[in-house]
Amino acid sequence: MSMIVTDPSSRADLKHIGASEVKKDAYALLAGKPLFTDDLAPADALTLKVLHSPHAFARIRSIDTTRAEKVPGVVAVYTYKDVPQSRFTLAGQSYPEASPYDRLILDQVVRYVGDEVAIVAAENVRAAERALRLIKVDYELLDPVLDFTQAKGNPSVIHAEDGYLVKAGWINNDRMNNVVASGQSVVGDLDKTFAEADVVLERTYHSKANAQAMMETFRSFAEIDAYGRICITSSTQVPFHVRRMVANALEIPQAQVRVIKPRIGGGFGAKQSGCNEIFCAFVTSRTGRPSKISYTREETCTASNARHEMQITVKIGAKRDGRITAIDLYTLSNQGAYGEHGPTTVGLSGHKSLPLYNRVEASRFAFDVVYSNTMPTGAYRGYGATQGLFALESAVNELADELGIDPCELRLKNLVREGEFMPQYYGNTLFSCAADRCIKRAQEMIGWKEKGLRRDMGTHVRGLGVALSMQGSAIAGVDIGSVDLRLEEDGFYTLNIGATDMGTGCDTILAQFAAEALGCATDRIVVRGVDTDSSPYDTGSYASASTYLTGMAVVKAAEQLIRSFREYAAKLWNIDPADVTFDGEKLVAYAASDEKDVRASALPVPQEPEFSQVTGDIEHMVRTYEVVGSEAVSGAASAPELAAPTHEMDLTAFANECVRGGDGDCLTAHAAASSPTSPPPYMAGIAEVDVDKETGEVTVVDYVGVVDCGTVVNENLARVQVEGGIGQGIGMALTEDVQYDARGRMRTRSFMQYKIPTREDVGRIRVDFCESYEPTGPYGAKSIGEVVINTPSPAIASAVAHAVGRQIRELPITPEKILFGE
Amino acid sequence: MNVAIEVNGIKIADDIEPDTTLFEFLRGHGFKSVKCGCETTNCGLCTVWLDEEPVLSCATFAARVDGRRVTTLEGLQAESAALARCIAEEGAEQCGFCAPGLVMSVLALERAYRAAGHAPTPAEVDHYLAGNLCRCTGYMSQRRAIDRYLAECFDYFTAPDLFAPVDPVACAADAGKEA
Repeated sequence: MSMIVTDPSSRADLKHIGASEVKKDAYALLAGKPLFTDDLAPADALTLKVLHSPHAFARIRSIDTTRAEKVPGVVAVYTYKDVPQSRFTLAGQSYPEASPYDRLILDQVVRYVGDEVAIVAAENVRAAERALRLIKVDYELLDPVLDFTQAKGNPSVIHAEDGYLVKAGWINNDRMNNVVASGQSVVGDLDKTFAEADVVLERTYHSKANAQAMMETFRSFAEIDAYGRICITSSTQVPFHVRRMVANALEIPQAQVRVIKPRIGGGFGAKQSGCNEIFCAFVTSRTGRPSKISYTREETCTASNARHEMQITVKIGAKRDGRITAIDLYTLSNQGAYGEHGPTTVGLSGHKSLPLYNRVEASRFAFDVVYSNTMPTGAYRGYGATQGLFALESAVNELADELGIDPCELRLKNLVREGEFMPQYYGNTLFSCAADRCIKRAQEMIGWKEKGLRRDMGTHVRGLGVALSMQGSAIAGVDIGSVDLRLEEDGFYTLNIGATDMGTGCDTILAQFAAEALGCATDRIVVRGVDTDSSPYDTGSYASASTYLTGMAVVKAAEQLIRSFREYAAKLWNIDPADVTFDGEKLVAYAASDEKDVRASALPVPQEPEFSQVTGDIEHMVRTYEVVGSEAVSGAASAPELAAPTHEMDLTAFANECVRGGDGDCLTAHAAASSPTSPPPYMAGIAEVDVDKETGEVTVVDYVGVVDCGTVVNENLARVQVEGGIGQGIGMALTEDVQYDARGRMRTRSFMQYKIPTREDVGRIRVDFCESYEPTGPYGAKSIGEVVINTPSPAIASAVAHAVGRQIRELPITPEKILFGE
Repeated sequence: MNVAIEVNGIKIADDIEPDTTLFEFLRGHGFKSVKCGCETTNCGLCTVWLDEEPVLSCATFAARVDGRRVTTLEGLQAESAALARCIAEEGAEQCGFCAPGLVMSVLALERAYRAAGHAPTPAEVDHYLAGNLCRCTGYMSQRRAIDRYLAECFDYFTAPDLFAPVDPVACAADAGKEA
């Protein structure tokens, strides 16, 4: 577990980092090439369709598939009687997963409307759909738990089955009381601090379940490969975790499973859980035939995973002068029917909100995660921080209004700063933070001071609202990013990665890191996406990990590769490797200063230890990169003037020399990165909204977002991340709401009912960056993917509150709530 | 039932089920650029041209298209190149799953306004494309790309500078006026 630590001067003279490189796959995507899962499925693949439960909680008394099996074209129908009996989780997490093993491929008990009852495998869709209608199921109805606030201790126990497994004891699972996980962390003397506060507010906020709504629904196909193994191609963010899930579900060794990730049509966390991979893998294992399954939008809405609904109570205490002294935050998280990501998402609701106000004297974060008979939840961009920040930032806004202090000023007064020790952030120290600059820049951009919080515009009222956000960069001590970097014949590089580009552009960004470190054009780096058989291990693209973590693995691999170039060239020329320099284009040696035994010499590995613990003395660890441009690798700038080189070889000639024959080899480097800390990116968002006086309709007129993601690696792609996150956040704030009827059937089953923003709904979104320098990140970079979704809900809620005088505490902020209250 | 549909200039005859959608027909014949994101005519991913008018192929029966001309992105590779460049240079394609539908719609918009003899306004562009959903971008980079493209197509099209700093004093003055 280690990262290289460097100081901000390492950011000087970057050539490829920061550039708005076009994504490597852009032109193929824009030409509509067949690159996605369903485009690649074999033509003879069986089509799979799933029968979903119409009941929220029931036990299958009997199930009759005989008529369905007789439909021409139907190859097989599978029920709970046909599947292995080992429980597993679909959560894409490192082993041992925090999520309980509470699933079977098909179960006799169905736990939500949409739960899988049977799988039909047929030669075509029509036969499969016809067969679905002919399956007869007799259900014994059980008493469902539909209201998650009534789940804890409810007489209806959702997971009472044998074989339920908890792999991680720390989650405090109490399933017989429907509790997936619980816990708390306390800092300081809460009672005393609240007693001494001048103002104490206590408010409850409610974030609803949200659909990730990536444009490509869940799709996968399976086939038996040349070695008799099950090969799954899946639209997933977590190919290595899918390999484990499938092996667990089918009770086969992981050696029998291979997972390939092609281009993905968006993920946003949805695809950090497995979905239908287990179904096609199961059918292919049983029939020996390729099979594919493509979920409809309705299935994706109703039978996959969504954001955790959370009810969060915040008690906040402050002095009259605006000093926030105590925060008590309790989260009740609605897990739905199965436990994916339950114990972990909830942690972020406190640990990635409270540290913004790190200077409080006392704080407490406590939580319960409860099962209910609604659709399971999972990962969605922001992963609990979004819900926590809606609550905490709303409370801070309400506090500012109560104290009569400008909400931006209140934040600047209380904000965490660089160098602080953060007890509610896993006891980490904050090495980089420009949150204060982000607020000030956002104020400038929107004209905060000139406009005022409320303006009457005649038919409508215009309000301003602000919110802050933080997230992490990879899961500290858990996530692993690794890469293989190889110099190929003709002098180009292959960069083999296990990180999963899902449209975000990480293939390109990682190539930019390699190009920077190796001193070449990005075009010279060929990136190879994920196949679990051949890609280096990567936990996957989630938890905002790829730029920070896999980016560091690229830099480390480049250092190693350059070292091996110099050693190989030194051997060819029979000189000391320390006398060989590399400038990205050629290897050069000048006359050695003295005689040395070449065979005994090797390049020293960097002297300073790599950063491997949070308590490390970071300033002591700082070293320069050993990549192109550094003196150690490229030589002192004045060297060429001193003497003519004794040896010189350009990279192409060198690469060809390496594979000329004999004992040559394509020089290859492998490096892994895993960080003991998860440096937070920060963002300030300001919403300017209009509220129609007659209808209560809210229109976002202008939204500014200013982000501290450390070094910006690709300005275009970073900007699009921010705009896209804000766009999704506006949807969450105003329209997106997973709703159920009284029997637990989801109402929002399509984009007709679940409204994500169109281009006419987002107003204007403007973005800027205030860079800090993260010493543990590659070239100072932190993450950006998730922090960007967290500000719209609290900022828009506050803007509306300023406009109409009513704080909406339950999302989404609808005209009905604005006009008539909640 | 038998149909013969001209796709990208080539006539394809097939015996289909009566309820086959144009979307199924096209993908079944290898036109994989055509995507489906919703099945409820909300997302615009399945947009193709029917006799040069954009239609949602998931909501069009193949039988109704018998004898007519259909164009997919596979048939517009050269014509779409300039737009593709504008989108790529903004990083606006992101996951790319909605890209074919968007490209088909933008090219249709361009043709429609060319026929009308004038350039669209930015609001008209947004309205025309409102049926093309995208979950990745928040639409701003698409706007930048499309504005750049239209500026190349219509020399009198001037895109607003979305990143011009807002003049706070002018804003305040505007607000005063409106109030």
